[in-house]
Formats: sequence, structure tokens, C-alpha cells
Amino acid sequence: MSAAPPTPDGKLLEVEHLKLHFPIRDGVLFTRQVASVHAVDDVTFELLEGETLGLVGESGCGKTTLSRALMRLLEPTEGHIRFRGQDVTHARQRDLGTMRKEMQMVFQDPFASLNPRKRISQIIGLPLLLHGAKRHGIDDRVRELLGRVGLHPEHLNRYPHEFSGGQRQRIGVARALALEPRLIVLDEPVSALDVSVQAQIINLLDDLQESFRLTYLFVAHDLSVVRHVSDRIAVMYLGKLMEISPAEELYTKPVHPYTNALLAAIPIPDPRENRTRERVVVGGEPPNPIDPPSGCVFHPRCPRATQICRDVEPPLARYPGGHLAACHHPMNVSDEEIQAAQRDEASPHGCGDELPRDVPDVARASGSAGAI
Amino acid sequence: MAESLLSVRDLEVSFSTDEGVVQAVDGVSFDVDAGEVLAVVGESGCGKSVTAMTLMGLTRSPNARFSGSATYKGEDLITASEQTLRDVRGAEIAMIFQDPMSSLNPVQRIGAQIVEQIQAHGGMPDAQARERVVELLERVGIPRARERIDSYPFEFSGGMRQRVMIALALSSDPSVLIADEPTTALDVTIQAQILERIRDLRKETNAAVILVTHDLGVVADIADRVAVMYAGRIVEQGSLDDIFYDPQHPYTWGLLGSITRVDRPRPERLPAIAGLPPSLANRPEGCHFRPRCPHEFGKCQEVPPLEARVDGAPGHQDRCWLSPEQKRELREVRPGVIGLPGKEGVAA
Repeated sequence: MSAAPPTPDGKLLEVEHLKLHFPIRDGVLFTRQVASVHAVDDVTFELLEGETLGLVGESGCGKTTLSRALMRLLEPTEGHIRFRGQDVTHARQRDLGTMRKEMQMVFQDPFASLNPRKRISQIIGLPLLLHGAKRHGIDDRVRELLGRVGLHPEHLNRYPHEFSGGQRQRIGVARALALEPRLIVLDEPVSALDVSVQAQIINLLDDLQESFRLTYLFVAHDLSVVRHVSDRIAVMYLGKLMEISPAEELYTKPVHPYTNALLAAIPIPDPRENRTRERVVVGGEPPNPIDPPSGCVFHPRCPRATQICRDVEPPLARYPGGHLAACHHPMNVSDEEIQAAQRDEASPHGCGDELPRDVPDVARASGSAGAI
Repeated sequence: MAESLLSVRDLEVSFSTDEGVVQAVDGVSFDVDAGEVLAVVGESGCGKSVTAMTLMGLTRSPNARFSGSATYKGEDLITASEQTLRDVRGAEIAMIFQDPMSSLNPVQRIGAQIVEQIQAHGGMPDAQARERVVELLERVGIPRARERIDSYPFEFSGGMRQRVMIALALSSDPSVLIADEPTTALDVTIQAQILERIRDLRKETNAAVILVTHDLGVVADIADRVAVMYAGRIVEQGSLDDIFYDPQHPYTWGLLGSITRVDRPRPERLPAIAGLPPSLANRPEGCHFRPRCPHEFGKCQEVPPLEARVDGAPGHQDRCWLSPEQKRELREVRPGVIGLPGKEGVAA
């Protein structure tokens, strides 16, 4: 594959204060906007060349909306997205075409994301054709791609229904690879697959990343699978970024109580350990994104919430080691780390300036990373 | 030993289709006792849901063929008349389905749906039935149950709808509760809430629970006994500890090995089971797992019977020709890490 020159500062994708609100309209003759769904609400992060960022959150947290906004499949309401320094947010259709060539997507549902009436050669060949490849060379290229993703090259004339879920997801990956992209957004690529097949696809993605120096944004709904692919992990809740940290640190030392709850909720496939494990079941459900709670959006469900959490939205505090978390009462941080914390530029515009300065006694008592 | 509450023997279910005869369930036998959770585990298409639905008589169709028996309180559910089944279904054996979005009637208030179910099995007066619904909704953890009884399903979130489904299933105090992937469609924090609720309810009602799932984490959390299914057959069954700490079948090793654990350092590579499960219309001869098994040898062309092979564990049965000693050697159970069979460990 042709190696495009690396971006100078290593930043492949920059997302700045991105907001995406869906309007809710009402009225018969004169429609007016009565409210909006805050699907993505002031999110800032960046993707470095060659890394995998895991983006985790439960249904309705805005992770899929965010991943679609990056491709401009959805129009952002506010904020900026830059891909290799170029503005995606305001790019014209034509420029967008060349940009999208370098950013591809693999979708969650391998049954819905392939056209059932097209042969595999047509499905994988279409992006090539659209970007001006000569028709006669396409079949060879498709064969090569099929081989790369672990399918039989001679299957190129089959239809999607002749393949299992795992094989279809490989076809989706081959299609994403066709244009030699730099960035692939993987929207829950293994959620619909059986466990034994999940591992195969994860390992395939790992290999491809190495061979082609790909950058991944890996969207997932829980913290179990994403760990195996990610260098860093971002946790979203109700359209906001809660925590972003180097992958392993998130598991050993979750700072945000929501991350801790997500980790504690995953059942451990080990009966003996399950019996001794302290159960942290977070009550309640995610609130309505039309009318998000004041202050910290997690406060109605948070076991550590106090008055400040109801009043003031916490800024993203940067702890030593590049660990960012938006919480007034962080967990698993030492006094020194709290003292060293700084307000990060990625903090949302509307948040307070107050950084967590001390660990309240309640927090000390219930702070328990060991419970996981 | 006393009779089990529900006893399934040599159950076979096949469907005639355009592609030929699909043998969905092939000689499945298990028992469930009151107050016990039996987890039926396997991947898509292994026959676990068909087994569960057959117990409720939901797979009966002109294309379906059944053999074997499923005895509940002296009655064989496989050959029972529709009338008998109707009396049992919902009242004695109730089912919770996977998808809470599509298993409630979208145009009927949830209270009315549960009242209908209560009145179908013994005519309770309306007012009393409504009181019972409020009580049921509170029991499954729906806040402000009295106000929400007249809501429509679309006004509830996925987790809340699944609670309504559980309330519906509990409405006539069933002795057996069949839960087909009850938490698969839910978020992890909600899944934890629902599992806790099922655990409490089992204690309160002493019902037998058959939990169909693909998630070994959920199994470890809630089950007492486990049956592992592969391509229509039970390949291994035993107590929870048997399956997790002394797994006998290479497929069980693979399943245990390919799950990710958030409480352990991550492995360099995820151990995967090579290949794909066979089509149920065209299964390999002998042991169905043979084509994917790294430890296959000549004898695997014959079907291994499901029998106890481990000394001192009569309830722990499996379908693998290897001897327990060979298995112990091959599966490399490292302390702390459960069953990570390596491809290198092929039988010498």
C-alpha cells in the first residue's frame, strides 16, 4: 500500500468542542423548534496517528452520533473537526470526497450493512470504482483484499447471504480497507457476533492495524472487548466526555465513578471471584438527553454526588500520566495527584473552574477500586 | 433421589426446510429442580433457544418433528394436547424473551397486558387484578408503579420494559421460569440491576429458572448448574464449578478462553476458536466439534455419548473421547486464568 506522508505533529484527527443537537419540532402550520436532544454536547479529543482510541458508553450516550459526525454523515451543530489539519466541519462536498477516502467506517450490523442484492466483488469494488479505479483491475484488487481479511479470494462472486455473521463483518472490513484509508471508525464491529468469532475479528483488526499503520476509533457499549484493541479509552455519558485515559490505567484505576460503575457491572466469568466480589450496582437509568440534569450529568445516579455536583459542571481535570476525568469527587487518586491536577483545555465551555482539591471523607470510605 | 421438577430426556427437534432437514436439537437431556438456576450456554444456532421454546410448545408446526420427552409434574409437554399446554403455559411455566422492545403489545397499556394474563388463568375481579399488577411492578423494581400502570410500552426504556416482561412472567407464580437471553439487549449497568432482581426473585419464589444465554459472565453470576450446547447437542454439563474449574470438553475450553476479563492484565492476543460452527442442516459425522477441535483424533468420527467421565463427579457429564487425564494435560488450566487451551497442545 502507498504510504502517505505522516502528519507532522502526529495528530490525525482533532475534535474541538463538538456539539450535535437534534432539534425537536412541533406545531401544525408553523413548525417551531421546541427543544433539542443533546446527543453530543461539547466534546473535545484527538486521535494520534497509528493509535486506537476506544469510545465507550451505554445506549444513547452519543457515541454513534459522534462517530458519524466525524465523517460528516451528520452535520455538527457547533465545534470543529480537523482531519490531518484540514477542516472537515466546513469542507465542500468535493473536498469531503477526498477526505472520506482516507476515513472509512465499519458498521455494527453485518446483516444490514451489506447490500443483499450485490455480489461481494461489487460491494468491495464500489468504493474503488467511485474513486476512479479502472474496471478491469478491480477483481484482482478485491481478491487481494479478501485474502487479507481471511476469506477465500474465489468467493468474490457470492452474495452476502451465503456468509455467516463473522464472515460478513470481514467483508465490511475489506470494503473499508479498499481505499487504503488512514482512519477507520469501527462502530461496535463485534457486538453482533458470537464470542468465539469476536476474538477472530479483534485479532484480524489487530493484524491489519500493524500491516497498514491504521488509526482506529473503536466504538463499544461496554468496557470488556474494547480493552484488547485500545491504546486509550474515552468514556461518554449523556453526550459528555467523562473520562479519557491510557487503556490499562482505566481498568486498574478508574477515576470517574461512572467508569467504576461500568467496570463493576461487567459480570466476571469466574464463579469463585464473583461470590467474594463486592457488588456495586448503580441504580436508576440514564436521564433524558432532551433535558439533561444540571451540573454533572451523572449526579442523579452517582453514589458520591454532593451539592457541588448538582450545581456546577465539573471541568476535565488532567492528572499526571495523561489521565483526564470530569468529576468533583474523583476516585483512586492520591492527594499529590489531586494537587497536581490541572484544568484541561478539553473542558466544555459551560463548565466550572473549580478543580477537585481534596478527597472528602465519604469518598475515602467508599472509594474502592479493589471492589472490581 | 426425588423426581425433578422438570425432566427432559433425549429431546430431538428437527424442521423440514428447503435446504433439507435441520436437526436443531439432537438428544438433549437435563433436569431442573425447584429453586435452581440452570444455564444453557452456547453460540447462535446451537439449539438453545429451540430447546427452551419447545418446552413451552412454541415450536410446534407442520414442519417440525419431535421425539423424546419433557416431563413436568407427570405430564409430558412434548405430546401434551394444546389444551393442557395452554393451562401450563404462563401459569406453571413462564417465559421471558430476549427482546423487550418487540415482545410487548405496543398499543395496549402495560397494566392491561398483565391483567389479561392474570385473568386468563383464573378469573380474578378487575380491581383485585389491578392491585396485583401494582404489587408485581413494585416487586420487579419499577418506581411509582401505581402511576405507571397505565403507560404504554413506548413510554418505558429497554430496562424498564424487561422488568415489565418479568412482572408478566411472574404474574401467576410459575414454578419454572424460562429466560431466553433476558439481558442481552440491555446496557451493562441495567443488566446488573436485572440480574440482581432475578436472583432475589428466585429466592423469594423458589422457582426453577432455565437461563438461556451466550454470556459466560452472566452464567458465573447467577447459575447453579450449566449445560453447554454445540450444534444441537449438550457437549458438557455439570455444576457451575465443574464447568469453570474442571472443564472437560475442548469447546468449553475454547468458550472460556475467548472471553475477555476486565479484572486481569490483558493478554497479547485473544485466544479464538478457529473456524465456524457447522450448519445444522449439514453437520459433520461423529463429534460435531471435530473440524474445529485442535485435539481431534481417529475415534472422534464416532459420536461420543454424554456420560460422566470424571471420578467422583457423577453429575459432570461430557461428550469427548479424550480421557480426563489427557484433558487435564491438554487444557493447561493455569492458576487464576481459566481454561486457555493453546493450539500447540495437540494430542501426541
